[in-house]
Amino acid sequence: MDFAVFLVQCLNAVQYGLLLFLVASGLTLIFGILGVINLAHGSFYMIGAYLAYALAPLAAAHSGGGFPAALAIGVVLSIVFGYVLEWVFVSYLYEREHLQQVLMTYGLILVFEELRSIALGDDVHGVAVPEWLAGSVPLGGVMTYPVYRLFMSGVCLLVALALYAVIARTRVGMAIRAGATNREMAQALGVDIRLLYRIVFAAGVALAVFAGMLAAPVTSVYPGMGNQVLIVSFVVVVIGGIGSIRGALLASLLVGFVDTFGNVLVPQIAGVLVYVLMAAILLWRPEGLFRTG
Amino acid sequence: MPAEILLESIDLSRRFGGLLAVDRASLTLARGEVHALIGTNGAGKSTLVNVLSGEIAASGGKVRLSGCDVTRWTQPRRARAGLGRSYQRTTIFAHASVFENCRLAAQAHFQRAYDLWSDATRCSDATRAAEQAIAQANLSAQARRVAGTLSHGQKRQLEIAMCLATGPSVLLLDEPLAGMGPEETDRMLLLLEALKPGHAVLLVEHDMDAVFRIADRITVMVSGRVIATGEPAAIRGNADVQSAYLGEIGDDMPQAAGIG
Amino acid sequence: MKFRRFAILVRQTSAWRGWPLAVAVVVLAVFPHVGGDFYVDLVLTTMILSIFALSLELLVGRTGLVSFGHAAFFGIAAYATALLSPSGAAPSHAWLLPAGVATAALAAAVIGAFCLRARGVYFIMVTLAFAQMTYFVFHDTKLAGGSDGLYLNVKPALTLDGITIVDLRNPRTFYYATLVLLVLVYAVLAAIGRSRFGHALAGIRANEQRMRAAGFSTYGYKLAAFTLAGALAGIAGFLHAVKDGFVSPEILAWHQSGAVLLMLILGGIGTLRGAVLGAFAFVLMKELFQSEALFGAFAKHWQLPLGLAVIACVALMPNGIVALPTQLRRFRAPLLNAG
Repeated sequence: MDFAVFLVQCLNAVQYGLLLFLVASGLTLIFGILGVINLAHGSFYMIGAYLAYALAPLAAAHSGGGFPAALAIGVVLSIVFGYVLEWVFVSYLYEREHLQQVLMTYGLILVFEELRSIALGDDVHGVAVPEWLAGSVPLGGVMTYPVYRLFMSGVCLLVALALYAVIARTRVGMAIRAGATNREMAQALGVDIRLLYRIVFAAGVALAVFAGMLAAPVTSVYPGMGNQVLIVSFVVVVIGGIGSIRGALLASLLVGFVDTFGNVLVPQIAGVLVYVLMAAILLWRPEGLFRTG
Repeated sequence: MPAEILLESIDLSRRFGGLLAVDRASLTLARGEVHALIGTNGAGKSTLVNVLSGEIAASGGKVRLSGCDVTRWTQPRRARAGLGRSYQRTTIFAHASVFENCRLAAQAHFQRAYDLWSDATRCSDATRAAEQAIAQANLSAQARRVAGTLSHGQKRQLEIAMCLATGPSVLLLDEPLAGMGPEETDRMLLLLEALKPGHAVLLVEHDMDAVFRIADRITVMVSGRVIATGEPAAIRGNADVQSAYLGEIGDDMPQAAGIG
Repeated sequence: MKFRRFAILVRQTSAWRGWPLAVAVVVLAVFPHVGGDFYVDLVLTTMILSIFALSLELLVGRTGLVSFGHAAFFGIAAYATALLSPSGAAPSHAWLLPAGVATAALAAAVIGAFCLRARGVYFIMVTLAFAQMTYFVFHDTKLAGGSDGLYLNVKPALTLDGITIVDLRNPRTFYYATLVLLVLVYAVLAAIGRSRFGHALAGIRANEQRMRAAGFSTYGYKLAAFTLAGALAGIAGFLHAVKDGFVSPEILAWHQSGAVLLMLILGGIGTLRGAVLGAFAFVLMKELFQSEALFGAFAKHWQLPLGLAVIACVALMPNGIVALPTQLRRFRAPLLNAG
């Protein structure tokens, strides 16, 4: 493998890992703070991708500003959606045991899949990359790299930094960390736990939807995409440790590299490599690399 | 006749990241004695008991059970070798009867490991051990009652009975008197007194009156280190102990006259 | 005098708690003679799923280990059956059934050894992940036909010295063989439930820490339960492979693992009859929602009402069908008091 190819694969790995981080961080936050295991998280990603497809005409009509506008609309919609969903459904899951949470959110997956099927059909769709991001950047002498993928990585990195800043530096973040370790204590200190949970859940949904919208031009939009990303996100959370953003980042990048280079070097068993990685980590650190609490 | 040392910790340490929860703690437990472990909150008593019982691994030092080095042994293995443990928060099986609770605990000691066929109710060894443990814990009258319906004091007694059902030689009791009124405390102390002859008992407690009534020896821990070990009278008079407790539970320290 | 003894006998017999089960077995035994082909086939499929559900009940209900990857062992046994069946004469299921079950048991032992290092929610996630891994192995590789699936060459028969004793190619025989296996699995699990091993598992579910403190090496017990559950799922997998003579990777999909968990909660976690009831309830629900006679063109979106039904059932009947009588009684009691 010459250097240019190696560099391209590294960039791909980072891009995939960062995208995965967006989804997995939502999952780990929802589990770490709300204590809810949410199987429907992959569905939000799928909804994001289909949303990008549905909003594509809008984006195309306003070239230049259309795409960011579509992203913004998607984020706002998903925050509202997440807020309402927590209020109406998820809040009833807090007191229940894991098996019930698993099955109820599994039912939610079925509902979302079918609603999408009814509204937008089951076809595979492509989403066009916006013009101003459509080019390629030269790499080395021979290879080029798509600008859009660099854009994706950049945006994901910004979001990761913003997430870090919010959790580590703001009062909301402090409330989140307090809520994660001690619910009653946080409540006693005057933190409105119900509101906090609603915000965290909405944020988790928004992250997944945003990731789906961002990924749509690259992965195309197809019915099973939610389930795929869900299971890999679970692997990331297991490796990184529940509730740990740092762990999710590290694990996402790890999975990104293993998967990308696996597909290049040993394509026959590439699908299995990520699970082998998980098994190895399980032997060494059963509660993830950075467990909290 | 020198007492037989059943449990020994030698320079035992346990580190959590940067925090040294237990710092080179050494103590011995001999048959026929109640050895109380006291200390301020956060002194490392519970951690020490967890390391002794095998629930968490030691970062350094050794644990010896009847002379055998068990530092690397898992908790179940130590339990089968005679190290019993009761918990501060009651861990009984609330839905089963008192008798069933003890029989299940006794099963660990008497059954073949993966007995898929023998009916659980037909193990006469476990049944006998359970009945004996229940008698020792003074719960015979409640043997058929559902554990969840017992009073708090009775539940703590059951906790001890489950410990006894496995036939241990060493008992690590973590605050058995927690949440008990004076009558229940008296009953529990009588129980512990009756257990002395065959066992070595390590008692972690905050109730100083009770400690000074029952303990044969006392070890004091502060910030993870053992600062004093000895007979109750010596501990009471120990300057280090007094200064450590001053303002903490200094007012609770029983005065020299009339107690013990 | 004789009348009195007779009356006592009648009272004792009617008090026997095994009546519902005996009646169910008789109904199932008689069904092929009265039902149409389609319904007999449906009942057959449900009996196979009942065995599958019963195997998971040991893990989830008795030991408290929620596995979201149990379909892996069902599928591995089914594929093993298909792969090991020779292309010539009918293979004897005297060895094919044990072979399928043994493969599933071996896989369960290995996968369980890894998964059981994780606790609580991590355990649920890793079982899901490992099951997905086996799905990939069979779906993406050419090991066993890939996404197209694999045909069983010839259906097995039980032969002894060349004489056919039980010919599974005969649908009737296959139905009764399945019924016999269902009863056997049920009986075995009931016996295990009463055994010391079963009591230990129940203790582990209630409070693992206390069990360890008493001297039980809980990891070993959990692994044994996991392996046993995998082996029993293997019986169901074998039957599935033989029934249609065809296996496809979809039986390893996580939807299968979800479905069997659903069956357990529908029927009632913690009871064997709940597992069987849940399997029948699930199949009925699915048939209902897929019925074009009832829903017309909307029937192709059957997953929507199913998903809503899942949510409703888990929310309103968390203890399952078997607990309905008690639940209803509790609803009526305040009404009775008020009135």
